[in-house]
Amino acid sequence: MAKIQLENITKKFGELTAVNDVSLEVSDGEFVALLGPSGCGKTTTLRLIAGLEVPNEGRILIGDKEVTKLPPRERDIAMVFQDYALYPHMTLLDNIGYPLKVRGVAKPDMTARVTEVATELQIGDLLERRPGQVSGGQQQRASVARALVHQAQVFLFDEPLSNLDAKLRLEARAFLKHLQQEVGVTAVYVTHDQAEAMALADRIAVMNYGRVMQLGHPLDVYRRPANTFVAAFIGSPPMNLLPCEVDINAGKILFEGDRVLDIASYRERWGGVLKNGRDITLGVRPENIAISSTEVPGSIPSRVYVIQPLGGEWLVVTQVGGELVSVRLFQDEAPELSENVWLKFDLDRTFLYDKNGDLLQ
Amino acid sequence: MRNYESTFSKLLLVLFSLACMAFFALPLLWLLTAPFTPMTTLSVEIPDNPTLDNFRTVFKNEFAIRALFRNNLIIAGGAMLSVAAVATLASYGLSRTRIVGRDILVYVLMLFSSVVGGTAAMVPLFLLAYHLKLIDTHVGVILVMTGGLLPAAIFMMRDFVDSIPRSYEEAALVCGAGPFRIFRDIAFPLVRPGVAVVAIWAFVNAWGAFLIPVVMLRSPENMPASVALYSFYSEAGTPVHTLVSAYAFLYGLPVLVLYLLVNWRFGFRFFGGIKS
Amino acid sequence: MEKRPGVFSGKVGLTFLTPALFFVAIFLILPFFWIFYLSFTNRTLTGVTAANPQFVGLENYQRLFDFDQWMRYGQFGNALKITFQFVLGSALLGQAVVGLTVAWAFYRRKGLLRETVFTLAVLAWIIPEVVVAFAWSAFLDVDRGTLNTILSAVGLGQPDWLFDYPLLTIIIFNTWRGSAFSILLFSSALETIPPSYVETADVVGASAWRKFRDIIFPLMRGHILTDLILITLWTFNVFTPFLLTGGGPTFRTELVSIYTYRTAFKFFEFGRGGAIAVVMMLINFMLAMGYLIALRRQKAVS
Repeated sequence: MAKIQLENITKKFGELTAVNDVSLEVSDGEFVALLGPSGCGKTTTLRLIAGLEVPNEGRILIGDKEVTKLPPRERDIAMVFQDYALYPHMTLLDNIGYPLKVRGVAKPDMTARVTEVATELQIGDLLERRPGQVSGGQQQRASVARALVHQAQVFLFDEPLSNLDAKLRLEARAFLKHLQQEVGVTAVYVTHDQAEAMALADRIAVMNYGRVMQLGHPLDVYRRPANTFVAAFIGSPPMNLLPCEVDINAGKILFEGDRVLDIASYRERWGGVLKNGRDITLGVRPENIAISSTEVPGSIPSRVYVIQPLGGEWLVVTQVGGELVSVRLFQDEAPELSENVWLKFDLDRTFLYDKNGDLLQ
Repeated sequence: MRNYESTFSKLLLVLFSLACMAFFALPLLWLLTAPFTPMTTLSVEIPDNPTLDNFRTVFKNEFAIRALFRNNLIIAGGAMLSVAAVATLASYGLSRTRIVGRDILVYVLMLFSSVVGGTAAMVPLFLLAYHLKLIDTHVGVILVMTGGLLPAAIFMMRDFVDSIPRSYEEAALVCGAGPFRIFRDIAFPLVRPGVAVVAIWAFVNAWGAFLIPVVMLRSPENMPASVALYSFYSEAGTPVHTLVSAYAFLYGLPVLVLYLLVNWRFGFRFFGGIKS
Repeated sequence: MEKRPGVFSGKVGLTFLTPALFFVAIFLILPFFWIFYLSFTNRTLTGVTAANPQFVGLENYQRLFDFDQWMRYGQFGNALKITFQFVLGSALLGQAVVGLTVAWAFYRRKGLLRETVFTLAVLAWIIPEVVVAFAWSAFLDVDRGTLNTILSAVGLGQPDWLFDYPLLTIIIFNTWRGSAFSILLFSSALETIPPSYVETADVVGASAWRKFRDIIFPLMRGHILTDLILITLWTFNVFTPFLLTGGGPTFRTELVSIYTYRTAFKFFEFGRGGAIAVVMMLINFMLAMGYLIALRRQKAVS
């Protein structure tokens, strides 16, 4: 195992800057997820680590060795592809054993090692079949087996679960988590599925427009988004983002339509951050809002717009002026449609972002 | 699939198919009956007492038999192997490397080949072969034919190669394989249907070639079947129908067999309709 | 998706291309320039001008374009005219239309009908040209040939095809010979069209013709242009009709390829043959450019 360091990596495809001055360090044995919408540069970043692309600027180190311009085979990596890239003309045995075959391992040794890995992944009895003859989940395991078969220093995953159906995806996710805890490999994992990233990763790097927008522990990223992009991208439904204006002397936040939130008692906590300003965005997660049918101190009035029962909870969307605010309610009864309600934000978990979208702290 | 379709349109399809079959089959029909008729005329008639005598006489013509079973096999086999090999390598190289204007390049080559494959180019090709001491050799014919068939072969092959997912090769790169190993282990096995189509196409072209062998070859013992067919013409230059048809039958048969074989094994088709 | 660069470096790509480049350089490019050079000389096969050809400037070209002579039978202009009619008739109207019709008729169908039609069409395409020519001369025989036997049976007379309608005959012959390529190309092109496109039209009750015109044709325009480029170039240079008609009667089927052959190999005037080839190359080049520009425009639209 080894650590990975990206130093000021930039990759351009013609006019398009796919990866823009990204620096990232993955420690030995750490599992980092690259998360972002499509086209954000996460896959390119992974391919740069793999050596399938060469950066225009910056350095890449695996272990203590600089590999920026080395071809993949000199990097000692293993990779799982989105479409698995299992060769249709080879049996699973030959597919999984291919990295060993290329490295000149003798056939009996290869077979032994492949059988060992495959058995561990519960596909040991399928080795004589071809990829087309096994299920999607089994193909996925076979592609993981091919990555595990030789002890690489670094594992790279390119959306390995996105081709599975929902049920299999959950199973495979649990299985990868188990594997990660057991083997403790250094891994970089590309996904656009935030739940997957949350569940698997030690740290998440949220990317957009070729830049890392936030890097941190999954719960930190969730609880304290560093900017409005991360706030809007993570969480389902995402964080409510409301344009507002701060009047510090009055101890008030003003929303559209003369709605006022009294924050006098929070002047202390927000301290230096809180100053007079327009173009401020207030962010609060749906689960950090309480609804009451009567006015309570420190709440703002709104009107119920949509009610969605979700089984154990309700998702209530309310209207505050022209803005929609989602609220998750963990209670048996939901308010009525079009009812006037008051929203009370948990101000400990409410954040303010400046006009550039960055967290005020 | 079209189970809701009307009887009328089904009938229309059957009629259309019959018309197509008639169009394509009728001109060849005579070739099926004439070789087995003792005294053949130019009309299609099912012989009362079919005979193999015509074939026996044909087999006595040593020149024609050597042309068919030796020279033609050498020329067509050689051209097939070299076209398939060179075209596969080239289209792989073109597909997997970023070369500016590669599509235009293939078109320009096609343009060259359509002209150079034509009659006019026989002059320089003849002179070229003369200088390379390849006149009256099968190697000369094979090389010239390869040159002429190559651009179209690359053109047909291109879409087969382009259809291999990139991730296959990337996975192999990550596994530690080099480019030539990837070609051998991954790309080649996957494009085999394309190779088969191109190979059979090259074989058929070389098998039937008339002009290039006529220009390039001199001695009777090197001539292919397309030339030897004319040895069954009388001295007045009129064909002896029984023998010409029997020989033509033998000459055409391998092409039919080969096509059926490849069609059954791989499906003789182009990939994705040869994209522009 | 981001644009992917090549999997391999240019150097590796070049290694794969080396054998092809060798063949292309020696057997395509070199002969081409050789033809170009010969077209300015009076090179012949035998005699003084074989060993010591002389530079004659544009003389060979001037003789080709001698406008007093050139539309007469056996002259270049006549051959060119016949060739254009031949290409128009057998490539554009013949092969392309037959190809499209057959491919569309059997779109998303399997079974014996399709297999038989395709196999017969491919056979016509791949059987050696001398065999085909021989079979056709029997087929077209005035008295006993299959075609006239059928025609006279339904009371349509017994024309002498190769004498009465020579050009029409070789046009039909070449359509018969070459349609398989267009059939195959268009059917695999049709396979790339998502079935849902056509099913959507089925749902609203569009007729087969409307589906073809409104959905299939626009999606296939690129393939059709590619097909047209190829079959035009091939038909322009095809030599097989020579085996059927010898260019006759009285030069009425003398295509440029046959004219070239006659000049270069009957009279062994290599210089003049070269000049014809250069002119042909230019015509081919212009045709191909025309198609390529149309293709570009088509791509820009879609």
